[in-house]
Amino acid sequence: MSALRFFPLLVANLSRRRIRTLLTLASVAVAFLLFGLLEALRHALTGGVELTGADRLITMDKVSIIQMLPRSYLDRAARVEGVRAATALSWFGATFRDERNTIVAQAADPETLFAVYPEFDLPAAQRQAWMADTTGMIVGESLAHAYKWKVGDVIPLRSTIFRKRDGGDTWELRVDGIFANAQGGDTNGLFFHYQYFNEPRSQGRDLIGWIVLRIQDPARAAEVARRVDALFANSSTETKTSTERAFAQGFLNQVGNIGAIISVVVSAVFFTMLLVTANTMGQAVRERTPELAVMKTLGFTSGQVLGLVIAEALFITVLGGAIGLLLARLLASGLRRALQQYLPLLTIPTGAYAAALALAVGLGLVAAALPAWAAWRLRITDALRAGG
Amino acid sequence: MGLNSLRQLWAVTAMNLRNVPQRLSSSVVAAIGVAGVVTILVGVLSMSEGFRAVLQYAGRDDVAIVLRGGSNDEMASGLSLEQTRLIADAPQVLRGSDGPMVSPELYVIVDVPLRTTGTAANVPLRGVGSGAPQLRQDFHIVSGRMFRPGTFEIIVGQGAARQFRGLDTGRTVRWGSTDWQVVGVFADRGSVSQGELWTDATVLQNAYRRGNSFQSVRARLTSTAALEAFKTTLTLDPRLTVRVLSERVFYQEQSRILTSLIESAGTAIALLMGLGAIFAALNTMYSTVAARTREIATLRAIGFGALPVVSSVLTEALLLGLAGGVLGCLAAWLGFNGIETSTMNWASFSQITFAFKVTPALMLRGLSYGLLLALIGGLLPAVRAARLPVVAGLRAT
Repeated sequence: MSALRFFPLLVANLSRRRIRTLLTLASVAVAFLLFGLLEALRHALTGGVELTGADRLITMDKVSIIQMLPRSYLDRAARVEGVRAATALSWFGATFRDERNTIVAQAADPETLFAVYPEFDLPAAQRQAWMADTTGMIVGESLAHAYKWKVGDVIPLRSTIFRKRDGGDTWELRVDGIFANAQGGDTNGLFFHYQYFNEPRSQGRDLIGWIVLRIQDPARAAEVARRVDALFANSSTETKTSTERAFAQGFLNQVGNIGAIISVVVSAVFFTMLLVTANTMGQAVRERTPELAVMKTLGFTSGQVLGLVIAEALFITVLGGAIGLLLARLLASGLRRALQQYLPLLTIPTGAYAAALALAVGLGLVAAALPAWAAWRLRITDALRAGG
Repeated sequence: MGLNSLRQLWAVTAMNLRNVPQRLSSSVVAAIGVAGVVTILVGVLSMSEGFRAVLQYAGRDDVAIVLRGGSNDEMASGLSLEQTRLIADAPQVLRGSDGPMVSPELYVIVDVPLRTTGTAANVPLRGVGSGAPQLRQDFHIVSGRMFRPGTFEIIVGQGAARQFRGLDTGRTVRWGSTDWQVVGVFADRGSVSQGELWTDATVLQNAYRRGNSFQSVRARLTSTAALEAFKTTLTLDPRLTVRVLSERVFYQEQSRILTSLIESAGTAIALLMGLGAIFAALNTMYSTVAARTREIATLRAIGFGALPVVSSVLTEALLLGLAGGVLGCLAAWLGFNGIETSTMNWASFSQITFAFKVTPALMLRGLSYGLLLALIGGLLPAVRAARLPVVAGLRAT
């Protein structure tokens, strides 16, 4: 017999105490709304690690990334076997207008930058213009959007780290191009010519921040890294080379165990919601004890009554979960637009939907377990007497 | 309100509360719903409280930090030896038995693996002058001894020793081409310096090829009020372009970004969860009212007013909220208070070690939020109880 026949019965049961059904549905929806938002936040904070190139290595000073490397290291590292392209980046420590507006600005070599980061995507004409313009820069889409910078604008950027020989700390840079990221990664930074950065500097001349290597075979990353570090071993400036992913993950670990904190919050939310839903289910079954007994008298099997109770619980948790996730999705995309500059990856990852479905079904089953068991064991005579 | 209605109020409320055990499971669930919200609210906020505390303990009003003009933090600052001497000579600097109480300091970052993940973290290695211990509120060596000036020896803050691997006393650590000997562990009442490593400033200058340049000068002033005069003295000196702040202000600025981030995230989560808890409380209170339909109708029929009925429902809800709030505070205190962790302090681009702090003020905040949730959850059901038609209610089963 078709289970669909029971559907009207299910609806009738759920609407006998409409307020209670709605409230339970709403609290489940809130739980899943939080789940969706926290997953989106986790993705925004840790998703960058997954977007790093598997074929890129970072070579930095062995003691700390804030120590700079001699510029001559770049050519030597580029010649190491297995390296396809190499480029040098230097952290500028930029602020714009107010010292609180920190800008991700790096000095780069235009000739090699695109060979190492092929995902940077900008019109050929803009790229040519930047190559030819020593005082120019290319700006990532979301950064340009945040400050409403357009091609041709000249932007004064102050460095919190470097000074010019004339005592100034401001570099003026023209926007030559605006780039997108073909892999959907972060476009919240800008790049300008190393030459323009290096020449006026009063300290640290001819030093670079770190080297990014693009290698031929990601499977041989460890081998190439060892070879690069061996080049500079026992010099006054030793290096440490790691994959871009390991570097990003290590950096994230420094911020703290975000995943664990989010998991604690999510489990607390679910524990609370589980109790609420289980309690409501329990009430619903207790109240209907005489009715269930009548159903059994009429010939419903224990299995059918059990199924009905479970179906009710599942209906509430799955529908509530869907509503919650839908709301989370809407809210996350709104927040993403507002926080484009800080959290460009604020979306609910695909895996989270599957996890949410599993959680909704699990929540429904656990919540229905006790009352369903009671309904299963119900003896008609006892129940009819109790209801009398 | 007459004495009679007061007596009614008391009688109905007391009767209702005596019956709570009959509805125990549903009441317990509502209380736990509130407790969950309060736990999360207090727990998340205790993180930002701990972060702020660690920076505030370090901040004194009578200790000034001098940086190069235009710098917000020590990383971006730079001062020459001559400049540090000029600063020490200012008349507002307190003088002890061996000269002015100042410490010219420099600050580098070294990679040390985190105990939790084994991955490298940026740990501050600070070179300090001989006056540094006197400038901190409660500096003392916990084990081992102080470093000897002029040697490659370091002492490790208590927090850093616990967060990072390989910093036990007696060990040798290699950074660059230098081997450093760990000779002791120090504490400073849980302040920010407990997450740092210290060595002699001159030794650090040599190891990092910094010539004789420093990054900051800390100076103990003759009084809190001397700060303005100190600032003026230094600003008027043509040989100096510096920024002068009290230590307290310096650390407040450093903690602002992270604390406001945690607080807004924590509040948003607590608001959303609170919504869920209100639904749970509403559910419970509605079914309480439903279960009491006959009782309430009977009371009304024999002459009790609407107010005692409303008050009995609200009192029950508030007591559930109170129980949940207390439970939640307790859970947050047991679960979070004192947990030590470290995070990136963006202002100095290095690790800062701190402990979660569940303060009485936070618990009070959690408790009031719990009560507020319960009040909202109880209000509508209370109104429904008061409006119950007496005749229909008496017939209810």
